[in-house]
Amino acid sequence: MDQMSQLLKLLEKTDSIEINEFRMDFDELELQIMPAVQRAMRKSKELQEKTILEASKFVPPLETYPGKVEEVQLGHGKRKSVYLGGQTALYRFEEPQPNPPVVTFDVFDIPMPGLPRPIREHFDDVMEHPGDWAKKAVKDFGANMVTIHLIGTGPKVMDKTPRQAAQDIEEVLQAVDVPLVIGGSGDPKKDPIILEAAAQAAEDERCLLASANLDLDYKRVAKAAVDYNHAVLSWAITDVNMQKVLNRYLMKEGLTQNDIVMDPTTCALGYGIEFSIDVITRTRLGALKGDTELQMPMSSGTTNAWGSREAWMKNDAWGPTEYRGPIWETITGLTMMLCGVDIFMMLHPTSVKILTEIGNTFTQEYLSTELTDLSEWITELEN
Amino acid sequence: MDYRAGELKGGIKLRATVMDIYRLLPKTNCGKCGEASCMAFATKLNEKEVEPIQCTQMAEKEREKVEDAIAPAVREVVIGTGDKAITIGGDEVMYRYELTFYNPTALVIEVSDDLSEEEFDAKVKTIENIEFERTGELLKLSAIAVRNKSGDVEKFAKATEKVKNSKLPLVLCSFNPDAMKAALEIVGDQRPLIYGATEYNLENMADLALEYKCPITLFVPHDLEKMKELSYNLRSEGINDIVLDPGTYVREGTGDTLDEFIMIRRLAVEKGDPDFRFPIMGVPAVHWIYESGLGTMVDKGIREAVTAAKLMNSYADILIMHGTEIWELIPVLTLRQGLYTDPRKPQAVDPGLYTFGELDENTPVLLTTNFSLTFYTVEGDLKSGDANCYLLVLDTDGRAVDVSVAGNQFTGKAVADLIKESGIEDKVSHRKLIIPGLGAPVSGDIEDESGWEVAVGPRDSSQAPDYLNKIKEEAK
Ligand code: SF4
Repeated sequence: MDQMSQLLKLLEKTDSIEINEFRMDFDELELQIMPAVQRAMRKSKELQEKTILEASKFVPPLETYPGKVEEVQLGHGKRKSVYLGGQTALYRFEEPQPNPPVVTFDVFDIPMPGLPRPIREHFDDVMEHPGDWAKKAVKDFGANMVTIHLIGTGPKVMDKTPRQAAQDIEEVLQAVDVPLVIGGSGDPKKDPIILEAAAQAAEDERCLLASANLDLDYKRVAKAAVDYNHAVLSWAITDVNMQKVLNRYLMKEGLTQNDIVMDPTTCALGYGIEFSIDVITRTRLGALKGDTELQMPMSSGTTNAWGSREAWMKNDAWGPTEYRGPIWETITGLTMMLCGVDIFMMLHPTSVKILTEIGNTFTQEYLSTELTDLSEWITELEN
Repeated sequence: MDYRAGELKGGIKLRATVMDIYRLLPKTNCGKCGEASCMAFATKLNEKEVEPIQCTQMAEKEREKVEDAIAPAVREVVIGTGDKAITIGGDEVMYRYELTFYNPTALVIEVSDDLSEEEFDAKVKTIENIEFERTGELLKLSAIAVRNKSGDVEKFAKATEKVKNSKLPLVLCSFNPDAMKAALEIVGDQRPLIYGATEYNLENMADLALEYKCPITLFVPHDLEKMKELSYNLRSEGINDIVLDPGTYVREGTGDTLDEFIMIRRLAVEKGDPDFRFPIMGVPAVHWIYESGLGTMVDKGIREAVTAAKLMNSYADILIMHGTEIWELIPVLTLRQGLYTDPRKPQAVDPGLYTFGELDENTPVLLTTNFSLTFYTVEGDLKSGDANCYLLVLDTDGRAVDVSVAGNQFTGKAVADLIKESGIEDKVSHRKLIIPGLGAPVSGDIEDESGWEVAVGPRDSSQAPDYLNKIKEEAK
């Protein structure tokens, strides 16, 4: 149909055509070509006799920016590499971003009984082993990266030792060749110790250590990253100034802009997402304006969306959770992506698929993609 | 630190200042407007708290100048009349945090004129009745679009006749001026939004917009240069209520559509280009075009919702959708509610002690934070679950539970102070506090500071009433 419209567009400007070796099935002609021919004929008939006035010239609203976002490399050596950031402009029509947004699949070191059913469905068979889980995320669902959450190290969970954590990391490193994000259990006392052990086990693989924040011994996390060649996730709670302070501290410990990814905090759709929008927009504008303390790529804990009751709670009046959950996660991530976020921690394959598809358009030039013809959508839309 | 776009770009300042407005007023300080001085009136005009017409001392010409000066970067366009009128547009800024976004995106669902009578009526009814309650607010759809799928003039008129008395305002979708005229003969006095003028029917559609005094949509897919030209032409004919539809491309076309939406808005807000200072329309319904008919209905529904969210985040002022499934609309309605809250207003409720149901000295005591979303959610759940309880509301500067735990506003000390100040210790004989599941990390801290026993309740307050019943049973 598209080629047909193009052909007809060509024909519009032509008085006569000669066709060599023409062959066509008549059913096809009736079915497919007739509406297009009618459309083209109607259009030419309707073209107004009245001359259209000329407006002032259209100029695309481009801006130039004094600053740029630095690039962070994850994955090193034999491991595949993924690059985050590198933007020199706010919008694609000004300058497409050099690297597409990246999704990293959440994987856990324990079977995670609390995961919502729409997710368990996909991973039930591999949840006993983080290596298998990671492999499935990469093989079956095309994950660019995997996040291994060492939840089991939590003192109130299984209180796994740093040594056990290191073993889990080794298992996942063996299982997949994509870069890793390594997360702790959220225990501020134990996380730095666990991350240090994990960093050592993954020496020179350039993982992203998640996270450093002002509530824990961030120096220890930063040092582990410097010593074993990793990057650090710098997590602030919806506060641009807190983010700047933390980044400054981390850079004092020897990390550079190329070793830091920021997590300005993703509040889920319906649970304060607008605060995240404001903070993330301000952060990116600050970077482009030239604020060196904000010129790093950004990350989104999109998985937060699954905490929203609209995503998981059974309620017949709201329809099935198997649709609500993925939509909730997709829209939460997408909203962050439109504010400039570079890497997304996610759970559901459908959400990942849709988000990746949209994100991949961010590296293309404006007007470089062939588009479908929408001009008759009013009649072409299904009932 | 403030990263206002204007500062970043060093660009054109579009908004008139109070001084600019003051200069246009009579400057006699007569007080007839109810304000002490013209300066005071100018200040209120700037804040959109008064209308220029309230100054009785200006001639029409002078008033127009004032109206021009205070006009928003994006024109406000009204669809419908009387009770069922909605307004779209009106925005002043590129980023929400700089001010606020005005007039929530209108969510419109289309109905085809090719449906059977029963199907048509059923869909209209569904659209009118869809509602979703969230944090004390009833979220609903905004309008109905009648779509001339049949291409037939009579059928379109007949379908329009059927929604004539709908409680929602209308959008009329046809590229055929004859069909549009037939529909306008029926509902032209209700100010429906005409959709749409294209480069092929511009003159005829423009004539109809003028004749019936209706707003009109300009549909110029993927060609901003042409859109500018056609917009200029409409304006030259004296048409000012215009909506711009640059086409909604999806999947690999997503990037181009986002570019076009953002360019239009930037041209309006930062460049003041008069041809683009209008509301933008998106049509997520295009996921239902048969040519791209991959995937199931569910797949299309999910994608339609995602496209709606994407465009709403990128300045869409009105969206035409196809699906009426509630699971598809809830996330879109929820996003709209969030995007259009006013960031200048505190998102917090008063901290302190709140009560639910019948109380005595054994009544359980719950705790939450004063973030308004959290509070209204908990309040709604306790009410709908007929719970009897006290609710202590902690001042976390309007932060949610997990955020305030991480940010150190939700601490043992803060909770202990709240317990003391609220006087709850005189009201109940027990010393047992139920905190939200996400507050678990500070439970020990609270026990140490307050001397109360702490129980960690559910993570989500929808389970709070059940939880309360359970402890009641156990106590028996
Ligand atoms: S009515 Fe007009 S002239 Fe009189 S004080 Fe008010 S603004 Fe000034």
